[in-house]
Amino acid sequence: MKAPSFSYARPGSLSGVFELLERHGDRARVLAGGQSLLASLNLRLSAPELLVDIACVPGLTGITVAGDKVRIGALTTHRQIERSPEVARHLPLLAQAVRNVACAAIRNVGTFGGSIALADPAAEYPACAVALDATFVLAGRAAERRVRAREFFRGLYETALRPGELLIAGEFPVSGDGYRSVFLELARRRGDYAMVGIAAHARTAGGRISDARLAFLAVSGTPVLAVRAAAALEGRPPDARTVAAAQAALGDELEAPADLYASRATKLHLARVLLGRALGALAR
Amino acid sequence: MDDTLPTTLIVNGERVTRNVAARQHLSDFLRDELGLTGSHTACEHGVCGACTVRVDGAIVRGCLMLAVQANGRKVDTIEGLSDSGEIADLQEAFHRRNALQCGFCTPGMLMAAQDLLTSQPEATREEVREHLSGNLCRCTGYQAIVDAVEDVLGSRRRGRK
Ligand SMILES: Cc1cc2nc3c(=O)[nH]c(=O)nc-3n(C[C@H](O)[C@H](O)[C@H](O)COP(=O)(O)OP(=O)(O)OC[C@H]3O[C@@H](n4cnc5c(N)ncnc54)[C@H](O)[C@@H]3O)c2cc1C
Ligand code: FES
Ligand code: FES
Repeated sequence: MKAPSFSYARPGSLSGVFELLERHGDRARVLAGGQSLLASLNLRLSAPELLVDIACVPGLTGITVAGDKVRIGALTTHRQIERSPEVARHLPLLAQAVRNVACAAIRNVGTFGGSIALADPAAEYPACAVALDATFVLAGRAAERRVRAREFFRGLYETALRPGELLIAGEFPVSGDGYRSVFLELARRRGDYAMVGIAAHARTAGGRISDARLAFLAVSGTPVLAVRAAAALEGRPPDARTVAAAQAALGDELEAPADLYASRATKLHLARVLLGRALGALAR
Repeated sequence: MDDTLPTTLIVNGERVTRNVAARQHLSDFLRDELGLTGSHTACEHGVCGACTVRVDGAIVRGCLMLAVQANGRKVDTIEGLSDSGEIADLQEAFHRRNALQCGFCTPGMLMAAQDLLTSQPEATREEVREHLSGNLCRCTGYQAIVDAVEDVLGSRRRGRK
């Protein structure tokens, strides 16, 4: 299908963006890579009057390391993340995750900020950001503020972004010494959104798992941090008994509602399988 | 801010300027305004890859980019790649390996395959499959397509030595 009619503006500054968003309110939509927004317009799932293209706003692209933080600008593409030596070195979780995002042609255009702002429950970055305890930088006309990823995702496609606000960047703590990361997902086709996925990050020194952050994707409206499973692992070597205890704990904390393709039982089973594989990979 | 905007692109090396409706995506612009019907449109929501073209050297979904977003940029279509001879060996391999039947997916497949051939000349069969995973073929199946791309990976490698 074809998109409905809309107007298009490409302001060259942040203040230009804020002005348009303020003037047009909820009749305007921010356009970043367009890899989700234009698809939904072509499907006529929404009909904004104005697209505000942020591609020409300076300062929103790029990956920088400062102290113990990696900052990823909102307009950084999936491709740039995939190829970034800084991400490979300091955020191995994200480096693994990005390979599961769509296909090469979409990764060339889709952006980090677009994926976070959209907050698809089956998207990879939100779960990684929750696992790594990242912080998002949001800016509105009046002020800039920071919101932890763990408080940013509020519900299905619902985030802490207020009307007229823009996501500017994500700030990730660099992976600490002795920590390892594993990202795994199961999808029905390569490049498709996940049926279930896990973003796992933990200290693995001395053959024991501690400080595990296990964020699951596609099991709820938002990424879910499995704290009970993590507690079952704390300070233990990931032997068969410990892994089984962590897998059992998931039953209490993952909602995993049935979707078009899988029942709750199937989803929970797949989440347990992925947790087992992730722990195996962490221990290796 | 407007419904139509003057837009200038370099398409297959030639500069074109048109007044473009904001809602028109790049594939429709190329097909309807410029008569370049080599790149196809099917799903128009990013799933099939039939619309793949190159913008500033990188493959993109033509159906998920507005023509006005491509303002000032360089666009290469299958017509350009074909006429310049850039993919003559790849086209020949598709023919030889029976890598097409109806040909609907073929322009997109060739664009994606050429992107891999230039960016990952040492790609394995698994990497070929991975790179073409965003391009759907509804009749030939994928083995023959992957075979053709592997042939060209090999012949270009030998050519470089
Ligand atoms: C076939 C297909 C398969 C895909 N598979 C996956 C997948 O497996 N995993 C995955 O994660 N994604 C997938 N995607 C989506 C893709 O990753 C998108 O690039 C991403 O979700 C959105 O980024 P974008 O830059 O294209 O944003 P856009 O489409 O431009 O915008 C998306 C939404 O975010 C808002 N927005 C964008 N940027 C900002 C900002 N800086 N501040 C505030 N609001 C903003 C827009 O207003 C819009 O509502 C897929 C897409 C397609 C078409
Ligand atoms: S027509 Fe563009 S991906 Fe199908
Ligand atoms: S050859 Fe017919 S769709 Fe691929």
